[in-house]
Amino acid sequence: MPDIPLFTLTNLNFNYPGREPVIKNLQLQFYPGERIGLVAPNGSGKTTLFHLIMGLLKPTSGSIEFLGRPAVSEEDFAAVRQKIGLLFQDADDQLFSPTVIEDVAFGPLNLGCSREEAREISLKTLEFLGLSDFADRVTFKLSGGEKKLVSLATVLAMKPEVLLLDEPTAGLDRKTKTRLIEILNGLELSYIIISHEFDFLKEIAHHIYTMEDGKITLDEELYIHHHEHAHRVGAQPHKHI
Amino acid sequence: MIQESFAAGNSPIHRLNPTLRVVAAAAYSFIVALAHGLPTLLTSLAISIILLFFARLNLKKVFQRFTVVLGFLLLIWVILPWTYKGEIWFHLGPLAITRPGVLLCLEISLKSIAILLAMITLVSTMTTARMGHTLNRLHLPDKLVYLILITYRYIFVIEQEYQRLMRAARIRNFRPGSNLHTYRTYAYLLGMLFVRSAERAKRVHLAMVCRGFSGKFYSLQENTRGYQNWVFALLMSLSLLGLAILEISTPAILI
Repeated sequence: MPDIPLFTLTNLNFNYPGREPVIKNLQLQFYPGERIGLVAPNGSGKTTLFHLIMGLLKPTSGSIEFLGRPAVSEEDFAAVRQKIGLLFQDADDQLFSPTVIEDVAFGPLNLGCSREEAREISLKTLEFLGLSDFADRVTFKLSGGEKKLVSLATVLAMKPEVLLLDEPTAGLDRKTKTRLIEILNGLELSYIIISHEFDFLKEIAHHIYTMEDGKITLDEELYIHHHEHAHRVGAQPHKHI
Repeated sequence: MIQESFAAGNSPIHRLNPTLRVVAAAAYSFIVALAHGLPTLLTSLAISIILLFFARLNLKKVFQRFTVVLGFLLLIWVILPWTYKGEIWFHLGPLAITRPGVLLCLEISLKSIAILLAMITLVSTMTTARMGHTLNRLHLPDKLVYLILITYRYIFVIEQEYQRLMRAARIRNFRPGSNLHTYRTYAYLLGMLFVRSAERAKRVHLAMVCRGFSGKFYSLQENTRGYQNWVFALLMSLSLLGLAILEISTPAILI
């Protein structure tokens, strides 16, 4: 593992105005190649953490370093956003262009690609995800699972080094989940995934952390394990927590 | 909600450059709106019908589009002929129908039908997205273009949100009536819809920022080039010039 972390969060604090702090003195060093699952109760600040890393929220105090350099200004974060791709919880937030191809090309175009380059990158990304037929489909007419995969394509088209996935499996059926697992395992990317589903995380994460009291901790009582069991409607997508 | 019933197609009109079409439609509408001569208006109606013929649209759907305008026109025909002051043409029962009133109705009807037809054939034969990008190319303000594109994209999501709220009300046995409870419920619903839409707008903006959005909107679409565009541009310019000359050389319907 190289010595330089991809990003380092030091003594990070954050609270929404007029509310208790959600992130308290959080420390995190994220190295290339790491694949982390993040499991924590609702409202424990997971999404907030992602938004802080992307520079969408400004920390109350503490610092964020990216590749050894502090990221403070909007310009610094513009560079960060190219390297870190954030997949939003709700795909409808992410897909705003009328057609799939335009949405996927949006990132590359913003990064200064020419129209032809952007189109080529987008088509390749869609092909990689097995979505080639979707290019000219209208985004709001896609199904939930399709929307999720297309929004993943929009993030991957920017060729990030790190992915931050915010509950990527929420509302997906088993088939799409399996697809997602295959895709994630086929990527040579580091990522942090927020999820409540152990069955999903055990397939794709090396480590599973939790968030407690505004900090990230490795909870010793949580560990990846196998067990088989049968119960009614077990074939339907469901969770065991 | 928004049905782009005419956007799909492969007629000669559909294949024309969208920028050219928007410019042609705008110029045409101006001239027709400013014209007052009967020959000019009849000619423009003929031009619109020719355009419609080339666009090969489903005539039934075109007529459906017209029903809204026809309603307005009907209202004008019912009211204007006997309220507009002028030379009396004939009496209809107790009502005196004036000649200028009837002529004014005729003028308004011809104008609206000609312009609407041209707009349907030239502009609504492209998708809303395409139109947004075209307006962008015509250097309309970026903000206006986003407004069109994003509204088009999210009006469906907002409608879904509205349906969800409405369902939530309905499963708890909400039945609209004309009472304060109903009004209050609708007000809450509407307020909630605004709040949710604003929240969503915020999230969408963040998602755009994450993907390097910095205020400039780029389009993937390339416009077609080809001789048909030149032919259309030439024919359209000649028609517009013809209409202008006709307008100058003939008297107005209403003197």
